[in-house]
Amino acid sequence: MSTFDDPFDADRNLRAGCVCGQHCSAREHEQAALRCEPVESEEKRYEGVVASAVMRAMFPQDVARRAFLKSVGASTALAALSQFFPLKTATEVFAQAGTPEKKDLKVGFIPITCATPIIMAAPMGFYSKHGLNVEVVKTAGWAVIRDKTINKEYDAAHMLAPMPIAISLGLGANAIPFAVPAIENINGQGIVLAAKHKDKRDPKDWKGLKFAIPFDYSMHNYLLRYYLAEHGLDPDTDVQLRSVPPPEMVANLRADNIDGFLAPDNICQRAIYDGVGFMHLLSKEIWDGHPCCSFAASREFITSAPNSFAALTRAIVDATAYASKAENRKQIAEAIAPANYINAPVTVLEQVLTGTYADGLGGVKTDAKRVDFDPFPWQSFAVWMLTQMKRWGQIKGDVDYKAVAEQVYLATDTKRLMTEMGLTPPASSYKSFAVMGKTFDPAKPEDYVASFKIRKSS
Amino acid sequence: MSSSLRLRAGLVSIALLAAFLGIWHLATHSTGPVATMSPEYAKLMGLTATQGKSAMPGPLDVGAKLWEHLRRPFYDNGPNDKGLGIQLGYSIARVGTGYLLAVLVAIPLGFLIGMSPLLSKALDPFIQVLKPISPLAWMPLALYTIKDSSISAIFVIFICSIWPMLLNTVFGVASVRKEWINVARTLEVGTIRRAFTVVLPAAAPTILTGMRISIGIAWLVIVAAEMLVGGTGIGYFVWNEWNNLSITNVIIAILLIGIVGMLLDQILARFTRMVTFPE
Repeated sequence: MSTFDDPFDADRNLRAGCVCGQHCSAREHEQAALRCEPVESEEKRYEGVVASAVMRAMFPQDVARRAFLKSVGASTALAALSQFFPLKTATEVFAQAGTPEKKDLKVGFIPITCATPIIMAAPMGFYSKHGLNVEVVKTAGWAVIRDKTINKEYDAAHMLAPMPIAISLGLGANAIPFAVPAIENINGQGIVLAAKHKDKRDPKDWKGLKFAIPFDYSMHNYLLRYYLAEHGLDPDTDVQLRSVPPPEMVANLRADNIDGFLAPDNICQRAIYDGVGFMHLLSKEIWDGHPCCSFAASREFITSAPNSFAALTRAIVDATAYASKAENRKQIAEAIAPANYINAPVTVLEQVLTGTYADGLGGVKTDAKRVDFDPFPWQSFAVWMLTQMKRWGQIKGDVDYKAVAEQVYLATDTKRLMTEMGLTPPASSYKSFAVMGKTFDPAKPEDYVASFKIRKSS
Repeated sequence: MSSSLRLRAGLVSIALLAAFLGIWHLATHSTGPVATMSPEYAKLMGLTATQGKSAMPGPLDVGAKLWEHLRRPFYDNGPNDKGLGIQLGYSIARVGTGYLLAVLVAIPLGFLIGMSPLLSKALDPFIQVLKPISPLAWMPLALYTIKDSSISAIFVIFICSIWPMLLNTVFGVASVRKEWINVARTLEVGTIRRAFTVVLPAAAPTILTGMRISIGIAWLVIVAAEMLVGGTGIGYFVWNEWNNLSITNVIIAILLIGIVGMLLDQILARFTRMVTFPE
């Protein structure tokens, strides 16, 4: 049973059709599981949640509750309930959920559309709605954002999804426990090639080309390597991969320093907008629904200011839910385009967010899911990233995939927060998915790594 | 004669500027080849692609943008977007702090080293190794150890601007004419008094020259440091506009960096003239 059901509905089907009981069939559940639909108003949502909890506590048995409801009617039941239980106060207490220990927070971001929820939460008031005064600070690159977050200049930050795992493991940094309460975006990256490679659409012809990726510990690196390897190229020997900060990629592509890149968006679209390159492939076509960036904070911040952290996570989840709706995307593009935030032409951001875009070859394409937003930090995502770190030799030796994933990706806490907010989190923290048609089973990571022919020999 | 030379030099300067602007305008004025595209597609593309407009802005674009900036130099649109006046203010404050700290350390230390031939020989290899290190090389180390980006930026200014001052002070103090020191000695002037009344005035022009070189270096360093650290300052402005591929704003920033650098240099040059003496 989910928090979202109405226990005051006497005619609700009690026989669950799916795992969570909210849907008629397992298929419908699958479809709904990934979506977070905000309810009309915060107040109403919380009220509903609190009232349901009280009702359930009084009549733990569905059948007894049903009989009661049938005899008196839902509104009478609710009125009767509020007679001896202060529903209104309980709702208020619940909505406040503990005053934040620290109200003035600094959150770092990199100016790319992946950071949309983090950025838009400032101009669109999601932080202030949750009682926080957040300053979002633009940062020069991934290494700087890592150092500034470790140095506590930022309370939390926008990081590439594999970065918190790498930091926690001490890869490319001192080992400091970090955690991810929310994923920012799914999809929304792309492989862009220089305009002169218009006829080289088959990756088999890419031997000797130079590609840029934003950072070593990035989904971009793992996806590009995966894509190349699936086409028979060894990314370590057949092509050159360079770590280049996203803003410099377009300039480098124009200067002919690189032949292409797998980069975060607005950079891809910017290269097309300036007539420098064309979209070879959306990252979505490699793995539909892959995570890209995350919202990360150190364990220390979480333990020292748990209420601030919870409020921050709520704000981000709230903003993500808002951003996941297609009809809000144009408004968001305008909110995040100014120099204070992403600093890019509105046309470019609109193309990325609405999914109707110029492909650089003279065509206009539409893909509403080009970028999407979903906060749930699936632990199986973390396991997949760990398998790729292992595959490409970033991790040597044995890894306890599950332990690391569960320590860094806070699926349980996010689930609780989402439930409190009246959203529907998925029932499990692991899910299987397919990357380029190959299914990944999070329960067998070692076998998965071993199944690849092209990988770094350890 | 001298005034007519100045006049002629001024005229040549203006002519050179006009020629430069003219060539710049012509070079960026021409439009490149334009591929035919559907209007629907063209709406989604930038001017470079649709009109074959050069990616490099012309002098008129830069002038218009510069005017826009100069009209409201102190606006503040939040933590990541401030007016050029505010950005320059941040940069100058950072340079000032780092530079003053360097002065406070370099001149007394240089004095001590310069007075002792043994120390000056012993420390020389260290100074020679530390002197040529780029500010960007110090940055990661500073960020890692100091754990604060704004102090790191000041530290980098400090560490990069200290060497020319230190070396010049050592050299200036060490090469004060022996006769003057001997005269002071025969007149039984104390060590402290000798340092302030004989050595300092004699070494002052050399020390000031070192300080002038240092302020130039400090100003060079600030742009690189701020590009890396971000947040505020003219270096951050350059980075932020580069991020948006706005070459117009980058050119404006370059111009302003040059002008401020020149002003700082002129101030130190004036001080140098004040302490110079004819021999």
